[in-house]
Parts: sequence; C-alpha cells; structure tokens
Amino acid sequence: MSTNAMTIPAGNIEGRVWVDTLHQWLTTVDHKRLGLLYIAYSLLFLLVAGVEALVIRVQLMHSHNNLVSPQVFNRMFTMHGTTMIFFVIMPVLFGFGNYLVPLMIGARDMAFPRLNAFSFWLTALGGLLLYFSFLGGSGLYGAGNAPDVGWWAYAPLTARAFSPGHSSDYWTLALLVSGFGSIATGINIIATVLCMRCPGMELSRMPLLAWLYLVMSGLVLITITPLSAAQIMLLIDRYLGGHFFDAQAGGSAVLWMHFFWIFGHPEVYILIIPAFAFMSEIVPVFSRKPIFGYPVMVAATVAIGFVSMSVWAHHMFTVGMSSTSNSFFTITSMVIAVPTGIKIFNWLGTMWGGRIQFKTPMLFSIGFLFQFLIAGLTGIMQATAPFDWQLSLSYFVVAHFHYVIVGGIMFALFAAFYYWYPKMTGRMLSEKLGTWHFWLFVIGFHLTFDVMHVTGLLGMPRRIYTYEPGRGWDTLNLLVTIGAFLQGVAILVFVANLVISYFKGERAGNDPWDAWTLEWAVSSPPPAYNFATIPVVTSRRPLWDEKHPEDPDSRYE
Amino acid sequence: MVGHAFASPTNIFAPMSTPAHSILDLSLFVLAITAIIFIVVSGLLLYAVVKFRTRAGDEDREPAQVYGSTQIETAWTIIPILIVVVLYLATARVIHALQDAPEPPNALDVIAIGHQYWWEFRYPKLGIVTANELHIPVSDPARPMPTFLQLLSADTDHSFWVPELAGKTDLIPNHPNRLWMDPQRTGVFLGQCAQYCGVQHAKMLLRVSVDSPDVFAAWVHDQQQPSFSDARAAAGQRVFEQTACINCHTVAGTSANGRFGPDLTHLMSRATIASGAAQNTPENLRLWIQEPDSIKPASLMPAMKLSDTDLDAVVTYMETLR
Repeated sequence: MSTNAMTIPAGNIEGRVWVDTLHQWLTTVDHKRLGLLYIAYSLLFLLVAGVEALVIRVQLMHSHNNLVSPQVFNRMFTMHGTTMIFFVIMPVLFGFGNYLVPLMIGARDMAFPRLNAFSFWLTALGGLLLYFSFLGGSGLYGAGNAPDVGWWAYAPLTARAFSPGHSSDYWTLALLVSGFGSIATGINIIATVLCMRCPGMELSRMPLLAWLYLVMSGLVLITITPLSAAQIMLLIDRYLGGHFFDAQAGGSAVLWMHFFWIFGHPEVYILIIPAFAFMSEIVPVFSRKPIFGYPVMVAATVAIGFVSMSVWAHHMFTVGMSSTSNSFFTITSMVIAVPTGIKIFNWLGTMWGGRIQFKTPMLFSIGFLFQFLIAGLTGIMQATAPFDWQLSLSYFVVAHFHYVIVGGIMFALFAAFYYWYPKMTGRMLSEKLGTWHFWLFVIGFHLTFDVMHVTGLLGMPRRIYTYEPGRGWDTLNLLVTIGAFLQGVAILVFVANLVISYFKGERAGNDPWDAWTLEWAVSSPPPAYNFATIPVVTSRRPLWDEKHPEDPDSRYE
Repeated sequence: MVGHAFASPTNIFAPMSTPAHSILDLSLFVLAITAIIFIVVSGLLLYAVVKFRTRAGDEDREPAQVYGSTQIETAWTIIPILIVVVLYLATARVIHALQDAPEPPNALDVIAIGHQYWWEFRYPKLGIVTANELHIPVSDPARPMPTFLQLLSADTDHSFWVPELAGKTDLIPNHPNRLWMDPQRTGVFLGQCAQYCGVQHAKMLLRVSVDSPDVFAAWVHDQQQPSFSDARAAAGQRVFEQTACINCHTVAGTSANGRFGPDLTHLMSRATIASGAAQNTPENLRLWIQEPDSIKPASLMPAMKLSDTDLDAVVTYMETLR
C-alpha cells in the first residue's frame, strides 16, 4: 500500500480573507469538512442542551422549589431531550462517520458528496427550526413558547385542543426536516461502504467501524421513515382535520406510541452502534492487540440490528397490552442482551493478554465498558415487564437511559474525540486536561446517575417540575444536582482543551498512536482528496502489515 | 427488609399488596442474577486493567497477537442464552399471574378516570362518585377482597401509580385498562400520576385510603347520603349555583351537575383539595377559589374573582358539604 498521499497539499487557506474561508465552508462537499461541520454544530447544541439540563437540576434541587414555572420546566425537559437525541448525538455520530468512513476504507470521498452537503444543511435547518420556536411559538408576544410535550410527544397531548399555538409544529417540522437529512446520510454511508472500498478491502477486511456504520445506516433507513410518516400524520391531524391520533374522534393514542417507539428503540441502537464502532477501533490500539473475534463482532452487530427492530413495545409495558404481547416483548428485549454481551466480552478478550496504555482515549473506553455493563443490566431489569411496571416512567428509567447515552455513548464519543482530534487538526489534545476532564466527568456522572436510580426506586416519577416533601427524595436530588454541575465543569475543561490544543497542542504527525487503519497513513489533517494514489490492502490492519513485514496479519485471515 | 433502609412512603421495596409483592419477588430474583453478572464481568474488567497494563520496560514489545477463540466465544454466547431463558420463564409466569388474574365475585369495582390534573373515582355498584382520594377495603389474605380498577381517561394520557400497592398502569383515552390490588394493611398509601399529562402533571397526586371493613362500610354509608343542606349555608349555595361553579362541579341533589371538575357532594370527607396539592382547610379552600394558581399553577380551575362576602358565603357552603 502507499503512504505517499501527503504529497497533495491540504488546501492552504491562510492569507485568505475570512469571507472566502466562510464561503468555502458553506459550499463544501468534502466529507471531512462536512464531518467537522456536523461535529461543531453538535458541540454547540451540546452546550445549549447542557444548560437546559442544569435548569432542570436546579429546579429539582429541593422539594417545592419554584425557581421556574411548570411551563418553563416542561419546555426545558422537552427541549433537552429532543436536542440531545436529534441535534447533538445524531449529528456528532454522523460527523465522525462522515469524516472517518471514507478515510478508513481508502476512498477519496463519500459516494454522493452533494447529497452529503444537502443532508448536513437539512439537519442544521432542523435544529434552527426547533430553536426558532422560542420566538415563533408565541414568543413574539413576549412569552417563550418552545415545545412542551416531551420528546415522545405522546398523543393526544399534541392535539390542538391540548397544545394550541405552534410550539408542537416546530417540534414536528424540526424532526421531519432533520429526519430527511438523516435518511439521505444513511443512504450515502451505505453506498460508500458498499461501493467505494479500495482494492483488496473485502467486506471481511473492513475496519469494524465501517461495518458498524453500515448497520447503523441500515437502521436509519428503516426506522426514521415511520417517524417521518407519523410526523406527517400528526400534521394532518392538527391542520387537515385528520383523526389518526385524536382519541376523542375515534383515533388511537396507542397508535402514536407504536409509531414513535418503532422508531425510538432502534434509534437507541442507531446511537450506540457508532459508540461500539469507536470502542472497536480504540480498545485494540491501546491494548496493542487486534480485535478479539472480528467475525463474531460483525455477526453480533447485525444481530443487534435485526433484533432491535422487534423490541419497541418494551417502552409500552404500562400501556395495557395483552399478557401475550408483554411476554413477547420481554423475550425479544432480553435476547438482545446476548449479542450485546458478546461485544462486551470481545472487548474484554481484546484487552486480555494485551499491553494496555492508559492514554485519555483508553480511560474513556474503560469508563464506557464499565458503565455500559451497568446500563445493560438495568436494561434487563426493565425488560422484565412486571419489574418495569414499577420502574417505567420513574427516575430509574431516566437514570438507565442516561447511563446508556452519557455513560455509554458520550464516553465513547469523548474517547473518539481524544483519539481522532490529532488526525482532524494535526495537534494532540492535552493529556493533562484530558485526565482532569475524565475524572471530573466520571465522578459527576456517577454522583448524578447512580443516585437517580434510587429516587426512581423510591417512587419518584419523571417529568415532574416539583415534588412533595416527606417522600425521601430531597437529599438524593440535591446530590444529583451537585453531580450535574461537576459534569458541567468537566465539559468546560473539555471545550477548553479543544480550543487551547488547536493553537498550542503538540504536533501530532501522521500516526501518533501507532495505529493500524488507513486514516493514519495520510497526513494530519488529511489532504483534500485523502489519498494521492488509492491504497491496496491485504488484511484488516494494513498499517500493522507495513510495520511488521515479518509477521503480517494477512497470514492469519 | 430493604424497605426499612429508606424512609419513603412510595418505596417499591415495601409492598403491601399481592401485585406489588409478586413484582418485588421477581425483581429480587432479577437483581440477584444481574448482581452476579455485574460482579463477574466488572471483576474481569478490573483484573484485565490491572494485570495487563503496560509495565516499565515493556514499552517496545508488542504482545502476542491473538485473533479470537471459537471455544471461548461459543461459551460466552451459550451461557447468556441460558440465563435469558431462565429469566424469561420466571417473568412470563408473573406476567400471566398478575395480568390474567380472574376477578372474584366479591371484588370491589371502581372506575378511575384521569383528568388534567385530578382523579375521578366512581363506584358503579355503590352509587358513589368521589375524587382524588380512593377508599378501598383491606383484604384479609384468608378471605381476599381485592379491588379491581377500570382505568379511563377524559383527556390526555395518565398513569395510576401507588408503588406499595401495585405497578403502574396507564389511563389512555379510548383504551380502557384494568388494574387490581388487595392491600393487606390499613392506612393511607401515596402515589401520583406517572405519565406526563400536561403542564400540571407534577401535582396530580394520589391518595389511597385502605380502610378496615367497618370503617369502609361507614365511609360508603356516608358517601351514599344526599348532599347536606344547612340553612346557614343557603347564601353560599345561592352564589355557588349562580356562578360558573356549576359548569364543572356536581353537588348531588342540587342544580350543580358539571362533570369537568371533582364532585363536591362530600367535599369535607376528603383530607386534601386540588388533587393533593393542599390540605383541605377553610383558608386553603378560600385561596383555591380565589387564586388557584397560588396553590397549583395552570390547573384548569379558574380564579372565580368573587367579592369577599360571596367568597365567605361559598366557603361556608363548602364546609357544610360533609
């Protein structure tokens, strides 16, 4: 394979006036720039959603607090959830996918670069639409009016009788628009992975990251579509006199739940599979061993993809389904633990017998493994339908899914940031600030979300803007709030690290981690067309083969 | 056992009724299995992190490159499958036992209707209508007398959750549900709406009073009486019946027959008002009628803006509704 790719200069933009630079970024169809745009955009929304979370936590610090009105509180949790899922985690994962997939499979760009740009700008428009609701709902009359129906927007709360004005419409349109962007990106990633691989890179030799993004994109195609359909039906209900979800007119509130969760549960896997992808690249490099059981990892991912589409109604155990349905969704939800467990064991198997280096990416990866294990086990508790009759809709569920999304996905994302930032910018992130970030975040995370499980077990329902004294919830909620602020401080350390290291970080060179996949063969940041000559690979770890010609991987595959 | 560790009236580890008990037994079984898995897997993780860390002098040596092992991977596929089978069988039994339990002929039937932001309780066989505070008889394990609730909603989705008596079940418009409980101890059990139902979801509180057979019979007898009429309250009754109050509230035997708000026929038999948001005292009643937002912002009770004289009269009338 070839490493002389860095002979193409990485577009020299110094010396240009800023209008030119802006114009380049706005009109770019380069997968790396679009990837960075996705990432920057989602970091911005991460800060916004973080502030919303802190408003929620300050309000719940003690019983009968009246810092904010119930109306404001309800908008905060709706916007926090919607923003985090659709405008932070989804775009940041698409950003990493955009950036990494073509580089890792030896391609010069995505299959459809213009469609790629279109997807990003649709997503960006979706986020702006959602936040314009603060003004556009009835905000021009001086009253903030963001959506307040919760991020599931259960019917019939979204009917015009219960949600007058336009706040729910902004929610609907934001998700509809960004949903089209996601579907297009899904198509793009699938086409890229299937058609753009460099010579020698058979499907069985692809980096696991590309495999996992392929499965994730398939899920996007299958599950965002029912969500989009449901949003259109909701608009028909609200403006064209339809009665899909209007229970007073013979419609079905339960129908919305099915539509929402047949999107909503696979969505969790859409979010976690890229986190698995990061783990499957980072854990081997810092354990100095190839991934344990590559074919089983691929099979487990595909299995998760399939099974994840048959578990949605475990979000509806309290809705009053038949005992047969409840049993069915119990067994499917439990079965998904098997391939997920295989993945955890394979990462452990990768570390086993290795030589583990505790650089920041690995610290976050170990955090991921520990927390994702717990998240999986509390998931089994909730898959047990009768147990879920107590746990569902309580703070236990809130703790569980934050364990998945923060303890799992966010930790994997931080690992990915520390791991690939050198490739994206040419500079290393500071290990010192990274260590501070890690420990502050771990402590804050556990203080917040460990304690939150207990409030749920003590009967505290979610989505309440205040609670009664004497329920045994006061002290616990104070601890949760303190933990949330620690996490906030950790995020500020992270942002500071991103900014400071961009200017003052140590130079990274092409391959700072002594890694094995193709993105490390090109310069940091990579040149505009990635590879001057398209590389040819003969194994899963092309750079290992090059560094160890006496013992190449290709001999064992 | 675990129940004593936390002082909370809504603790799922302190069950007082068969459904809550069966759920807890299953939950403890699941907790035990997941705890074992947690100890084993996190132990392996900790061991790997300590044992296989880079040591001084090792920096340049690559470890043995191992690609996988069919035997080990088969083992950690089969063992989880077996665990899942066991968990599923245990779970399916409890689902069936609780959900498909037949209703015995002596069971008490209650219809619970969720409203934005309060509970309506109707006892069809006893001819009683009340709100927010459910009264049910204690059930002697030797001669069970369970209560079967039919759950309906008048507007958005709600969820009935009293953790010490049963798991939660939603109240969904156009989708009747069923929930049963057979409390084995008398006392007041607390809960609240668990499904986000609108702006004031938080103060849709719930009280279940489990009464001994005698106390329950007395309560039923009192509730079945017509509304109390007292000459002292005639002025207040007149104000009540000539303002918008009667559009939403019912006082049996008078011209007030609204259905949007709680039935007030026996208002003074309840300990709280505004679905548990405030104690039922004359001061709170006065405040609630005049300025409901100060007790429960965004509740659907409008501020009545009565003159002081009329307000006093109406509160006096309310106090006679025993």
